[in-house]
Amino acid sequence: MSLTLRIWRQNGPTAKGKMVTYKVTDISPDMSFLEMLDVLNEQLIVQGDDPVAFDHDCREGICGMCGVMINGEAHGPQQTTTCQLHMRSFKDGDKIDIEPWRASPFPVIKDLAVDRRALDRIIQAGGYISVATGTAPEAHSTPVPKKDSDAAFDAATCIGCGACVAACPNASSMLFTAAKVTHLGLLPQGQPERNDRVVNMVAQQDREGFGGCTNIGECSHACPKGISMETISRLNHDLLGALRAGARPKS
Amino acid sequence: MAKTSSVFKKIVMAVSGILMLLFLIAHMVGNLHIFQGAASFNHYSEWLRTVGEPALPPRTLLTVIEIGLLVSVAAHMWAAISLWRQAKRARPQSYVTKKSVAQSYASRTMRWGGVIIGLFIVYHILDLTFGAANPAGTDSTPYDRTVASFQNPIATTVYVITLILLGMHLRHGIWSATQTLGQSNRRRERTVSVFAVVFSTLLIAGYLVVPAAVVFGLVD
Amino acid sequence: MPLDLFTVGEPIADTKAPMDVPIGERWSERKFRGRLVNPANRRKMTIIVVGTGLAGGSAAATLGEAGYKVKSFWYQDSPRRAHSVAAQGGINAAKNYRNDGDSVHRLFYDTVKGGDFRSRENNVHRLAEVSVNIIDQCVAQGVPFAREYGGLLDNRSFGGTQVSRTFYARGQTGQQLLYGAYQALERQIAAGNVEQHARTEMLDLIMVDGRARGIVARDLVTGEISSHFADAVVLATGGYGNVFYLSTNAKGSNATAIWRAHKRGAYFANPCYTQIHPTCIPVKGDYQSKLTLMSESLRNDGRVWVPKERGDERDPREIPENERDYYLERIYPSFGNLVPRDIASRQAKNVCDEGRGVGPGGLGVYLDFAEAIERLGRPAVEAKYGNLFDMYAQITGEDPYSVPMRIYPAVHYTMGGLWVDYDLQSSIPGMFVIGEANFSDHGANRLGASALMQGLADGYFVLPSTITEYLADGPFPKVDDSHPAAVEALQGVRAQTRKLLDINGTRSPASFHRELGRLMWDLCGMERSEESLRKALDRIPEIRQEFWTNLRVTGDEGSFNQTLEHAGRVADFIELAELMCVDALHRNESCGGHFRAESQTPEGEALRDDENFAYVAAWEWTPEGQPPVLHREDLEYEYVHLAQRSYK
Ligand SMILES: Cc1cc2nc3c(=O)[nH]c(=O)nc-3n(C[C@H](O)[C@H](O)[C@H](O)COP(=O)(O)OP(=O)(O)OC[C@H]3O[C@@H](n4cnc5c(N)ncnc54)[C@H](O)[C@@H]3O)c2cc1C
Ligand code: HEM
Ligand code: HEM
Ligand code: SF4
Ligand code: F3S
Ligand code: FES
Repeated sequence: MSLTLRIWRQNGPTAKGKMVTYKVTDISPDMSFLEMLDVLNEQLIVQGDDPVAFDHDCREGICGMCGVMINGEAHGPQQTTTCQLHMRSFKDGDKIDIEPWRASPFPVIKDLAVDRRALDRIIQAGGYISVATGTAPEAHSTPVPKKDSDAAFDAATCIGCGACVAACPNASSMLFTAAKVTHLGLLPQGQPERNDRVVNMVAQQDREGFGGCTNIGECSHACPKGISMETISRLNHDLLGALRAGARPKS
Repeated sequence: MAKTSSVFKKIVMAVSGILMLLFLIAHMVGNLHIFQGAASFNHYSEWLRTVGEPALPPRTLLTVIEIGLLVSVAAHMWAAISLWRQAKRARPQSYVTKKSVAQSYASRTMRWGGVIIGLFIVYHILDLTFGAANPAGTDSTPYDRTVASFQNPIATTVYVITLILLGMHLRHGIWSATQTLGQSNRRRERTVSVFAVVFSTLLIAGYLVVPAAVVFGLVD
Repeated sequence: MPLDLFTVGEPIADTKAPMDVPIGERWSERKFRGRLVNPANRRKMTIIVVGTGLAGGSAAATLGEAGYKVKSFWYQDSPRRAHSVAAQGGINAAKNYRNDGDSVHRLFYDTVKGGDFRSRENNVHRLAEVSVNIIDQCVAQGVPFAREYGGLLDNRSFGGTQVSRTFYARGQTGQQLLYGAYQALERQIAAGNVEQHARTEMLDLIMVDGRARGIVARDLVTGEISSHFADAVVLATGGYGNVFYLSTNAKGSNATAIWRAHKRGAYFANPCYTQIHPTCIPVKGDYQSKLTLMSESLRNDGRVWVPKERGDERDPREIPENERDYYLERIYPSFGNLVPRDIASRQAKNVCDEGRGVGPGGLGVYLDFAEAIERLGRPAVEAKYGNLFDMYAQITGEDPYSVPMRIYPAVHYTMGGLWVDYDLQSSIPGMFVIGEANFSDHGANRLGASALMQGLADGYFVLPSTITEYLADGPFPKVDDSHPAAVEALQGVRAQTRKLLDINGTRSPASFHRELGRLMWDLCGMERSEESLRKALDRIPEIRQEFWTNLRVTGDEGSFNQTLEHAGRVADFIELAELMCVDALHRNESCGGHFRAESQTPEGEALRDDENFAYVAAWEWTPEGQPPVLHREDLEYEYVHLAQRSYK
């Protein structure tokens, strides 16, 4: 099939960007969205033009490196990652707008690639369990109810792609943060640091300049791993409890 | 820091929203006195001002309500506006194309809807409490003012539209508040949504019967 | 062997394992005998760790915790994206939670046998010992392993073993383990113990006075090329399967770090040992950019078959039971669908070569869950494999719950890598290599769920203990940008970068990569012969020649330039491919993942030649135009008896 692409081109973080139109032909419905962009880039390189920069790595939906806005939807029309979106979701003659994630904590590096390290800094603020290597007790010494373990797993599948931020009208990173707070908060191992974790992670996401969550729910719909809104409620619940217990964020 | 965090602001909103909601329930019930005639309605209004006398000074209850409401409205608006500004800062450059998939009409209109409700409240107080913006003037009874307002098609339209907006605000607001206060989960989600719809519909219907009664001449 | 292809140098040997005590005591003895570094001195020492996968992430976190100053480098934006994240099936550990006869010794034995007797006993035994600590560590970090209703950990079985010792987190075990290491690493970054260099690619090793003292790296965002110094350098940069262009590796997985270290003197061991994974989604078209693995755990419940008749094009559901050939169950009655990977892959190739393959081009076999769904019920199958089925449906547009999946082997893992001793130190003093980047533990074939185990064993437990022996002599004299060795390395990298940009030919780096990959798959893939390898060795220099004269890299070096990144990696793959072919050609036996057509049993199984090839082939780089030098490390088996592998 043939497609008309309008792609955001921006030379660097401070450069001004604009949408540029390209045409691609002979696109197979079995191609992934990124393979379609590969075809475009191969074309551009051979012409001596600058290929479109976009992030990707595993191309199997697990590393979280890929991610662009496709026709106004984060990762495109299906609830999956951009690399796992296949061209059979489009039809011949379609016009596709492709833009980078937009949020001030995600500055554009070039074209469609953005800097998402703000998410790592949220993890640094408390998204871990402090256990020095070699000090762990025997694994079977703490049974974990299957229900909790499964729920923790569901939240732990967040791949840190940032689609939630991109899709949220407030550019809030709440779903990402809530996924980690939920994952660790549901496990017995995560209890000692539970209060500090939530206040610090929330404080950090504000500090990074993300928007606040107002429970709109776009995030969860865009999330390729289907992280549920329930995690946000859980974060709120934990935060209230933590504040009541006197936990205050580190400055 | 904790007190200015985005989540804290949401909690302020939820709590103040719920306080306002309690007022709205009471206010709706009070309004229904209109069907018992002018005397009852005016008496109710009078009662509000004199309850507890002489043990308490005049207008005690009313003042408490007024202060409570004022604080709630102020806190609610402060939080709403500051979150709004935070969102603007978080995405200075908007998308060329953006679709919303999950957002309901109700959730999308929270902010502008809220602003309209806020403006309405100002107008409403000038209209019915003080009578300054009322066709019947400042020294009429509340009953006269109410009837006079709803005999005016423009005022009635303003009321009806705002009430519908308020209904939507509440429908999303109730769900949102459970989420904000950390009380929502997958199991409860449906129940909460259904409750929110039923509750806001009933509440708004309770309000709408008053203008309807005036317009259809059941009350005059 | 033809001497024009290589020359033979001095043999090498590991000198670090204490051979005077029994194998079960060697690791603790090694830890006891090794010198330590006191906490005050640790603060004075810097360690560079390149890579943040299971190996690098866990090492950087642990070394940071121990009090060293760590500098961590990786090429993605976040350490959480290292390709370990993609591992699906699970991680082995000799916990014997199933009471099914497992033990450290059995894991050791299975791994040596699974590796077709081409690994070092001491290393493998240590791996088996440490495996139990890994599970404890990960559980404490909050890794949500699958659990039973009683709240205890669940296990499953994996290829090449008859016990259930594999711990898993649905089909996302690598992801969850990596997040454990990543979180530990972020904690150390927050504590100021680890300095982070995201999106930074190592392009050369800096050697001073015969020791590894730093690296040259390019900041992929700004394009800045700079030097970084340390008292020791740890490479944890993963495997080089992307030589084949199509593989289950991430697009960015590269050989650059280890290859450039090799060019600085590190020996490259067993480069030809590549693992072809039996259960991948078949290739569809020329545009295809990577292959996707379907976890081997699927073979626990799925049954592999092809039609008995060649060219049978019926819908698989319409082929009656008696016209199906469940060939693995037929040929290997005791292991059935759970034979090791190399065997499962080769048998798939055999049936396809016979013309009984299914799907486009006849390159595929069925992996059928109909029976499992009937036996366990769809919900149970969904709970175990749901995400894999979804992934399959997403990629192929077919529903694996109703139609059997089609699978085909694909390049997956590289057992070869930089040579290291028992301390995980390479032939360059001060340079350590961990995880898939080294060659150490898997011999000629890696068993499923053992790479995650090795990565974490190396990073959490082995390296942090063994590196102290080296560092006990430190801190070493300070070096900075002005040191002649640093200047030389930096200029070398700058010159190479310029050279790539200046060719200004007509072909993209991807087109060369694809060409090289196809050639390697055809001639140095699942089956190799003297003829095919000679052909490859004729062709590769031509590709290299064309690469350096007809490449086009757009843009400049001073900015984010993904074409330039790719070009540099392809340049290294071309050189490495040549060494792989030389190694494959010189190893005139079949073993594990290395199958030489000339060396097979009458039934077509890999036939080892222990007499002549029971050694590790460690290759030394020589300047262009000269043949590489082979150093042999003889393998001795004290505890496991060399035997022809049998999974019948
Ligand atoms: C699809 C798939 C499924 C698998 N499933 C399993 C399984 O179920 N069980 C199992 O045991 N094993 C499995 N494996 C194998 C296992 O995942 C890997 O062998 C292992 O994770 C490798 O870990 P590592 O830390 O050595 O390297 P990686 O995780 O690959 O990490 C490499 C790191 O090095 C960095 N890096 C690379 N090059 C450079 C450079 N030049 N400069 C700077 N940084 C660089 C990268 O940024 C990255 O951080 C699987 C592998 C794949 C591909
Ligand atoms: C009688 C009046 C009002 C009532 C009963 C009310 C009630 C509520 C409730 C219960 C919520 C949910 C809080 C949460 O998400 O946790 C809410 C949200 C909100 N309210 Fe009000 N509100 C009223 C007036 C206003 C006014 C005057 C404004 C205008 C400034 C406003 C703006 C908002 C906004 C923007 C939200 C959305 C919260 C969000 O999702 O960001 N509301 N309201
Ligand atoms: C049809 C709908 C409504 C009617 C008939 C009505 C009627 C009245 C009347 C008669 C008064 C004056 C009472 C008095 O002075 O004693 C009043 C006051 C008030 N109303 Fe309403 N109202 C309606 C809807 C609303 C709504 C939707 C809101 C809020 C969003 C609201 C908020 C208030 C407030 C804040 C006051 C002032 C109370 C005070 O002075 O303490 N009303 N209303
Ligand atoms: S919550 Fe979902 S959308 Fe957000 S970063 Fe995680 S996986 Fe991506
Ligand atoms: S869309 Fe945004 S407002 Fe909250 S629920 Fe999701 S983060
Ligand atoms: S490239 Fe890894 S998730 Fe898409």
